[in-house]
Amino acid sequence: MTDKQAGGDVRLSGISKTYGSFTAVHPLDLTVPQGSFFALLGASGCGKTTTLRMIAGLEEPTTGTVRLGDRDVTALPPHKRPVNTVFQSYALFPHLNIYENIAFGLRRRGIKSVKKQVDDMLELVQLGDFAQRKPHQLSGGQQQRVAVARALINHPQVLLLDEPLGALDLKLRRQMQLELKRIQTEVGITFVHVTHDQEEAMTMADTVAVMNGGRVEQLGAPAELYENPRTTFVANFLGTSNLLEAEVVRNTDGEVVVTVGGGKLRLPAGRCPDATATGGKVLVGIRPEKISLAPAADVDAVPAGRNSVTGRILDSSFIGVSTQYVVESPAGKGLEVYAQNVEHRAGLEPGAEVVLHWNPEHTFGLDAAQAIDAGVETVGETP
Amino acid sequence: MQWLRRNLVVIAGLLTLAYLILPNIIVMVFSFNKPAGRFNYAWREFSTDAWRDPCGVADLCGSLTLSLQIALWATIGATVLGAMIAFALVRYRFRVRGTINSLIFLPMAMPEVVMAASLLTLFLNLGAELGFWTILIAHTMFCLSFVVVAVKARVMSMDPRLEEAARDLYAGPVQTFLRVTLPIAAPGIAAGAMLAFALSFDDFIITNFNSGNTVTFPMFVWGSAQRGTPVQINVIGTAMFALAVLIVAGGQIVTNRRRKRALPQ
Repeated sequence: MTDKQAGGDVRLSGISKTYGSFTAVHPLDLTVPQGSFFALLGASGCGKTTTLRMIAGLEEPTTGTVRLGDRDVTALPPHKRPVNTVFQSYALFPHLNIYENIAFGLRRRGIKSVKKQVDDMLELVQLGDFAQRKPHQLSGGQQQRVAVARALINHPQVLLLDEPLGALDLKLRRQMQLELKRIQTEVGITFVHVTHDQEEAMTMADTVAVMNGGRVEQLGAPAELYENPRTTFVANFLGTSNLLEAEVVRNTDGEVVVTVGGGKLRLPAGRCPDATATGGKVLVGIRPEKISLAPAADVDAVPAGRNSVTGRILDSSFIGVSTQYVVESPAGKGLEVYAQNVEHRAGLEPGAEVVLHWNPEHTFGLDAAQAIDAGVETVGETP
Repeated sequence: MQWLRRNLVVIAGLLTLAYLILPNIIVMVFSFNKPAGRFNYAWREFSTDAWRDPCGVADLCGSLTLSLQIALWATIGATVLGAMIAFALVRYRFRVRGTINSLIFLPMAMPEVVMAASLLTLFLNLGAELGFWTILIAHTMFCLSFVVVAVKARVMSMDPRLEEAARDLYAGPVQTFLRVTLPIAAPGIAAGAMLAFALSFDDFIITNFNSGNTVTFPMFVWGSAQRGTPVQINVIGTAMFALAVLIVAGGQIVTNRRRKRALPQ
């Protein structure tokens, strides 16, 4: 329907949405490259769905423009945009059977012979035997696949997915994540996926934009976001981070030295905010799985050059592949440590005095002016 | 005793059903009667005379045709207007929405005879000529509330995302309404329309006040009951009853067949 070769990027410029005095989305610039799997990640009410609906045309932006390739589609109604949506509750038409649900878009565009395309699409989502059934006779996972097929059959320039897996149970969700990823690779259409599930976003997307309070906090590849969070929100929302309030002692030769709870820690200057200066404050972050744990008696066995803090184990929980420890330390309360269960280790029971040590390269620094617990409670919250 | 306890619900159900259907059966049975005098109140002998000549009584079929016409037009008017009001009340937020929502119930709550008298006052003051049009206006008015209530319930339970999905799938506003909104709201609209037809067809009180010289079927029955009840009245009643049963049964069969076809082998 449109030529898909020449610059099919989705470009949002200065786009915003306000409802009365409430600002759902602050002016936002975002480019989604053609053919990519792009995720908008955030807690409920962060503006991610509103952003998606503005791309679909279901919501009119207060300011800014939406472009698909070279075309400005800001003023186009939804039925004139080469964009299709998979809705959160699927929104399958209850009065039509699966076949007619999938054929809906083609028929509205006046295409007469839809049979072959519909059959192909039913094949793609493995629902060939269900064509004559009504949506309510299908399971959640099957309905979800119909919703995807109904949108994809139109070969949209962009497929928008609004929490498409939110209603499925965990196992089915994992399965559908892989399936959606497979379909995206197969058809090569740009996917913009809205989700509150950070794992889902990281598993599926090439690029993730983390949204908070109507703004994009950070944008990048999943690994990049995880390893180099630039805000406490991203650090806490994507996985878990131990954040320690520290004072900068020295910033020389690409290395920053800080004091935390009486001890000294080192981290690369390249992983600190630009304005890190001696005497200033900084938040030092370390991911739980990067930390090694040793009984306090073995402190001499810790290799030289590693960051280390002392502490006492408050709690430990056995997860199977790993054991999660909560450690109280002069450096910070409730530090989390994930240790792989390779072999049983003595002396790591609750109450034991321990040493936490890690490679300084794995430490990151964040601007100390932010709330240290931003994004903590919102993890795992359903919309 | 054991048996009674186990089947109590069934027995109670059957008794209630009998209570509901008995009057209809009486109407049906007496449509085959050949009464001795002018009153069809005592069984004499089986006869199909009345069935072979349903219009044999003067003015009966004329009043029936009139009642059907009024019911049809009142149903169409009330359904179209009522459905629009229902959509407006559910979908849009406007200033007098709450007021309208409660005012809609007023015609249902008002005693019918009071309404009838007030309508007559209104028509006389306006200088309107009583007859077909005043009856039609009155019927449309009191049917409206019932349609609004029936359609509103349906529209309220409709997911607005269905229409968004239709718009997203290249359906313009008109197509969205015809292909998605209307079919999904249809059961509510149909229920409202059937209710309106039934209410209008057998209304007596309001019609009696506002009809002038026009005679509808309920008025004809009432009028003739003073002088005698022709068997043909039972014939018409039975025919209407049979028609209603046929419509319901037909609808049921179609739904069942569709459901069976949709199910796996």
